[in-house]
Amino acid sequence: MFLCSCPRRLARVYNVIIVATATLALLSLSPLALSQQHNAARGNGQLGHHLQPGLGRTVDNIADSIVSPDGSALPVGSGSVAAGKVIYAARCSACHGSNARQKGNALVGGVGTLATDKPVKSIGSFWPYATTLFDYIARAMPYGQEKSLTASEVYALTAYLLHLNKIVDVEAVIDRERLPLIIMPNRHGFIELHH
Amino acid sequence: MTDRDKQSSTQSGLLGRRALLRASTLGIAGGFLLPTQAAETLPLWSTHSGSAQSEYGGRSAFVSDRRQTNFGNPFGPQAGVSYTPLATLNGTITPNSLHFERHHSGIPAIDPNVHSLTIYGDVKRALRFSVDDLRAYPLESHCYFLECSGNSFLNTLASAQDLSVQAIHGLLSGAEWTGVPLRYLLDEAGVDSSARWIVAEGADASGHSRSLPIDMARDKVMVALYQNGEVLRPAQGYPMRLFVPGSEGNVSVKWLHKIKVQQTPAYSREETSKYTDLLKNGKAEMFSFAMQVKSVITSPSGTMSLKRRGVYEISGLAWSGAGSIRGVEVSADGGQSWVAATMQSSGGDRALTRFRIPWHWQGHSAVLQSRATDSAGNIQPSRTLALEKYSAAGFYHYNGIQSWAVDSQGQVKNVFV
Repeated sequence: MFLCSCPRRLARVYNVIIVATATLALLSLSPLALSQQHNAARGNGQLGHHLQPGLGRTVDNIADSIVSPDGSALPVGSGSVAAGKVIYAARCSACHGSNARQKGNALVGGVGTLATDKPVKSIGSFWPYATTLFDYIARAMPYGQEKSLTASEVYALTAYLLHLNKIVDVEAVIDRERLPLIIMPNRHGFIELHH
Repeated sequence: MTDRDKQSSTQSGLLGRRALLRASTLGIAGGFLLPTQAAETLPLWSTHSGSAQSEYGGRSAFVSDRRQTNFGNPFGPQAGVSYTPLATLNGTITPNSLHFERHHSGIPAIDPNVHSLTIYGDVKRALRFSVDDLRAYPLESHCYFLECSGNSFLNTLASAQDLSVQAIHGLLSGAEWTGVPLRYLLDEAGVDSSARWIVAEGADASGHSRSLPIDMARDKVMVALYQNGEVLRPAQGYPMRLFVPGSEGNVSVKWLHKIKVQQTPAYSREETSKYTDLLKNGKAEMFSFAMQVKSVITSPSGTMSLKRRGVYEISGLAWSGAGSIRGVEVSADGGQSWVAATMQSSGGDRALTRFRIPWHWQGHSAVLQSRATDSAGNIQPSRTLALEKYSAAGFYHYNGIQSWAVDSQGQVKNVFV
């Protein structure tokens, strides 16, 4: 075969293939289209810079764990401030303190301190979205026992922490409808460098 | 050699290339002696066979540099950092065993046969890829730096800490990363035209998650599978991580297992409560991804001591999240005069660059500094300028000029000038 010896000839062959592939790329634009053509191509095959195997398998029933401010991915369930207080004492107070003001791990306080020399960035003073509380507790807390809380327990803790920060009253019950409606005190405290 | 170089050479001891050669002929660089080793005192390793070859290499018993670990959070010892020993390494590639670490809930022991990457959300078809699937895609290899956005934070404090370059700046490493360009996978899933962001999530216990504008995600971002030629180490995201060149380290989500495509950011805890930059006026910058132009002299550097007078090589690293490094200037007199250093190794887009310049130390006190300029024309600021708009309580992305003071005894110390 010609592949065995002559580099010059081999280079010519590659040039032809590259030109052919470039033409193909211009005609079909998307790499997906290319990968489909590649899958369809048999025999001698093709060579090119963006040919892809197209191996992604279609899936449904994906567990969506990304909660955003619009409430997307919030699960069914609900929790009250009172229920959250009990769960907090059992699952959270060891690290965050009985009053949620443990130094370095404070969840409460600091309102009005952001422009001072000793700013305290807590949920009440700093966090722009209430949905972030649910998202973070559900994915990452309690430390060392992550993802062990039920959705209703996470709603309850969210309600309790919002209450400690004077954002919801003591009677509050939080669920997927109500959480995205809560406006956090520092909602407009950020300058977003990308949109 | 410019007039400015000549002046600086004589006053601060910094030597351009020609000046060094001339210094040698004049004898100021000092001679060197060959070891006066007699044949009858040959060392054992020259007269006896060494150890046999091995399946997995180790390093010399005489080499002992290590990462410096620091468990900042007493409640979460696995949520810590380890610092790269910048002073003892050279070139621009960090060995994988010494690459810096930052974990939010420890290093997961992931079975690659179980792990997968799912792309879902605002796409035509949600897709799942196994590790083997991704290895079959067209891969790209690039040298990039990776820097924790909190790196060099100690120099934002009110007083200078007498610490090493490792302890102050060691949340910085450089490696060759190999992976699948993310745009290939996004295109295969078919991103909806209304989508503006992706949200990447790790499979570790913290479920670390960050949002990234889709234009950035389609640019040079890859799903990295290999680091410096070998499959990723567990501490760096085995079996796959996102790699976002030039951005703050934690955007390059390790142990990547999900990418959700959507219209808005998720505003996760790590991009709101943490990793935002508080300004003096109480507002905070969010999505400040890019690491700014920066350099640091790694030798001589903090806690070292110069044992003799004579010629030393000043050497260090420079990098920028905005492109490549155009040049580095070095000062030995606290910034009064500057001389261009020689640029060596790598120096590509968002990669570490090594700079070097000879320096004749005559036993006087000196302040060594380096100042980098990147391909976008950004110049590394003084410490004062770098601190100017941010909260005194600290922020991320500090990139001020590092000052190492050398006293008349040769002790090197971190100082603020």
